[in-house]
Amino acid sequence: MIWNEHAECMDREQLIRLQNERLRNMVSRLYYNVPFYRKKFQEAGINPGDITGIDQLKDLPTTKKQDLRDNYPFGLFAVPQSEIVRLHASSGTTGKPTVGGYTRADLRTWSEVVARSLYAAGVDKNDIVHVSYGYGLFTGGLGIHQGAQKIGATVIPASGGNTKKQIQIMHDFGSTVLACTPSYALYLADTMKEMGMDPSELKLRRGIFGAEPWTEEMRKEIEAKLHLKAMDIYGLTEVMGPGVAMECEHQQGLHIFEDHFIPEIVDPVTLQPVPYGQVGELVFSAVTKEGMPLLRYRTRDLTTMTIEKCACGRTLARLTKFLGRSDDMLIIRGVNVFPSQIEAVLLEMSETEPHYQLIVDRVNNLDILEIWVEVNEAFFSDEIRQMEGLAKKIKANIESVLGISAKIKLVEPKTIERSEGKAKRVIDKRKLVD
Amino acid sequence: MLLKQLSVFLENRPGRITQVTKVLDEIGVNISAFSIADTSDFGILRMIVDKIDVALEALKAHGFSVRTTQVVALVVPHQPGGMHQALEYVDKAGIEIEYMYAFAYNSKAAVVIKADDTEKLVKILSESGYQVLHEGELMQE
Repeated sequence: MIWNEHAECMDREQLIRLQNERLRNMVSRLYYNVPFYRKKFQEAGINPGDITGIDQLKDLPTTKKQDLRDNYPFGLFAVPQSEIVRLHASSGTTGKPTVGGYTRADLRTWSEVVARSLYAAGVDKNDIVHVSYGYGLFTGGLGIHQGAQKIGATVIPASGGNTKKQIQIMHDFGSTVLACTPSYALYLADTMKEMGMDPSELKLRRGIFGAEPWTEEMRKEIEAKLHLKAMDIYGLTEVMGPGVAMECEHQQGLHIFEDHFIPEIVDPVTLQPVPYGQVGELVFSAVTKEGMPLLRYRTRDLTTMTIEKCACGRTLARLTKFLGRSDDMLIIRGVNVFPSQIEAVLLEMSETEPHYQLIVDRVNNLDILEIWVEVNEAFFSDEIRQMEGLAKKIKANIESVLGISAKIKLVEPKTIERSEGKAKRVIDKRKLVD
Repeated sequence: MLLKQLSVFLENRPGRITQVTKVLDEIGVNISAFSIADTSDFGILRMIVDKIDVALEALKAHGFSVRTTQVVALVVPHQPGGMHQALEYVDKAGIEIEYMYAFAYNSKAAVVIKADDTEKLVKILSESGYQVLHEGELMQE
């Protein structure tokens, strides 16, 4: 099913003309309203009038996560704060969250793209959509909620946690669509089994899963365990939230809603576009956003793109395969985690040195994070109580910064490999990409 | 008055304890008392040795996390109630004991105590007529 045939099945020439116009408009808004971008344009010798269309995207400056951090919290807003009606935040590199600011129009756009996503998954107003993505600063919960509301579905704002209760509700209310992270879906399935409930007792028919990478293997496992068709949704706070791209029923890649988010696949070093089908870094320009429009935002996701028409009838470009990241960011239980965040916490505590390692694994379908911290002389106390107290303190500090809990393991000095170049901080035992 | 005790941080990995005893063996250090406090993740090895400074340097050089702690080694008669009577005084004085371990040698026994207020502990014990071991005394008999 297609929510917005005009936008989603537009003739590509017409789409490009639309993108050109929207890009010109965006460049102008950024130049006049956002000092950060004006400076970048001036340094590159670019005037808004010089830009006529998307062909020139490659000549425009890119935006990276560091820029958001440097301009935290509201430095990249293109409208006065009185026009911002919603704020969201997700994990940033070192304790500072990544902020998203939305105007009323932005929220309408967001609902629109999520509506398109849900229709692409075969969800409509007759469905009961059970949203188990976290509600709050995270864009997942409210993002899906708004879109589901727009299509007139019956929305259950379950949020995360309280798994047994959620399953009860799913059973009693007859939820037909489950929206959550793929790992949580598996966790739900396992909990159901523990409760002695058979998935055929539920009415689930579709799953809208995203916020973390997942393999074909995981998809098959989720489908087998929950008796639903599992669909992949993609998004990021910096560009909007969930709904930037979505799979259709043919499952031949994720359709990007290009009328709002102009995609590029670029060489991570030269930042120049690569041919369709070649692997590169995914970059987005959120041309219709008013609150915090980002130009050529580098997602750090490595993938390929195609503009071949899909059997569903949509002419929108498709992302064909995610191959990992070009930075050291991890996604653990749907939360972005940067090793540098751990480092910052350890550096700040006088008792610790930043000799640490992250061990990530998936046990019983839940991601677990174990952080090994080396004991040094300054912090070695002769009393068990003090040592345990210190481990608890580290754990609490890290939890408050990361937003997820980690097990802290104190290890002997020099146990963690030192290297001359970039230290191998992360050992990820999960299999996340095919 | 106070004894210096050597403490070593050990992960719960096979062979860690023997690594420590190997180092001490190589440098000819003699151990008088030895105990390990454990949690599920790590342990703290506590020892009274004859050449503590030498031992400290050697273990550090081998990459261990070590430190010294001041403890009190209370001497009690090696007989029923020998330790109990002494501890009653300690209790009454309201001294908190962090940890302790004890061993007997012929007619006497040494009770190694780490307390929150070491000075107060020594004062209470001597006022109650108890002896504490000094540096080097453990090696004499």
